[in-house]
Amino acid sequence: MSLASTENSTHSHGHGARHDPHLAHHFDTPEQQFTSAKLGMWVFLGTEILMFGGLFCVYSIYRHNHPLVFKFAAEAYLSVPLGVLNTIILITSSLTMAWGVRAAQLNQKKLLMTCLVLTLLGAAGFLVVKSIEYTKKWDEHVWVGRWNKYNADNNASYRVAPPAQPTTRSAAVIAPPPVSAGTGVADANAGTDVSQIKPRYDYPLSQSIQAPQAKETTSEKDSAQDPDVRYRQLSDSDQWRVNTFFSCYFLMTGLHGIHVVVGMGLITWILMRSLRNDFSSEYFTPVDLVGLYWHLVDLIWIFLFPLLYLIH
Amino acid sequence: MSLTHSNDIPAPVADDVGPNAPHGVHAVPKRVLMTVYGVLVLFTVITVAVSKVDLGQANIWAALFIAVIKGGLVAMYFMHLRWDSPFNGVILISALFFVSLFIGLALLDSHSYQPQMKPTPMATRAP
Repeated sequence: MSLASTENSTHSHGHGARHDPHLAHHFDTPEQQFTSAKLGMWVFLGTEILMFGGLFCVYSIYRHNHPLVFKFAAEAYLSVPLGVLNTIILITSSLTMAWGVRAAQLNQKKLLMTCLVLTLLGAAGFLVVKSIEYTKKWDEHVWVGRWNKYNADNNASYRVAPPAQPTTRSAAVIAPPPVSAGTGVADANAGTDVSQIKPRYDYPLSQSIQAPQAKETTSEKDSAQDPDVRYRQLSDSDQWRVNTFFSCYFLMTGLHGIHVVVGMGLITWILMRSLRNDFSSEYFTPVDLVGLYWHLVDLIWIFLFPLLYLIH
Repeated sequence: MSLTHSNDIPAPVADDVGPNAPHGVHAVPKRVLMTVYGVLVLFTVITVAVSKVDLGQANIWAALFIAVIKGGLVAMYFMHLRWDSPFNGVILISALFFVSLFIGLALLDSHSYQPQMKPTPMATRAP
């Protein structure tokens, strides 16, 4: 007994009478250790915000320069009810996480596990809703890159009327079928009537395109909701940028979704450790730090939701 | 009386945590957690409602304003910043400051050259 207390006092460098098994030797007190860990976590969260900041910058520039593209794409392809549902799910899981941290601080070990399980369920529910949304976009051909029908390499059929007989002039330009690489003619455009392709220098094209749509009276509402009809009403330069919205959407929600998956892993780890009875009111640092991470995931979604889904 | 009353105290009290807990550590009262949650849900509904109203340019600012309030509540109460060392808040705010500086300067730059940009004609675009 006396030997143990002597060892304890040497181990803690005589700073404290009580030996804390969780106190690393380079910290004076548990409080110093806890605040240091928290400070380090906050620095990490700061770098996370900076990383997302790059994507928010891309978003800001494209939305600033092509506001109608973002309005069109969000209204035509994003579901506000699903976005609201996911917001509520994430906020609720944030609440259960905060409650779990409180439970750990108050030594309520069963409540801590319950809260962690509920948080995990919320995270899984978020991913389920997200996968429903992603699947719908896949079915509607509005994924990233070449899997987006509005991509410039794919959208010749969207911009140009069905090719009639090629004129001799366009045949002279495009007709030689084996186009060697590097001639500057996109494969997607091979066979299309070049004379039909409107020059991209025309900025005020939207007015001329809107005119034929206004004549339809039979299904005016349907055609007003039809994404392809609305797409043709965009200006020529905006039509090029529709797939950029989806690049923004998938990059931002995708990086956020990766964070949700990582958060689920961390919460599972905390859950395993709490099953092992690792945490108490004396030591709950990992619970607190994972909680901070999970709240940041919630925080970023709080900004993503109105910026992507609620574009007016 | 005292047991039920303890949850009504907005600022956490010392005996809310275990006796051996590190100093300066607070358990957020249940009432605060539930209130913050309710306000977050309420603001989610409000931000959807506001987006249906045509405010022109003000729509984006209204949405951002509500998001900042919601984010502030999460940071202050769920993330304990209200009771933490102010230095953690300084880290958060400086990260947000540099992000807004980054976005602001990039927007200024893009705004100045955007009118001179000409899209490439599709037919002559390189594959």
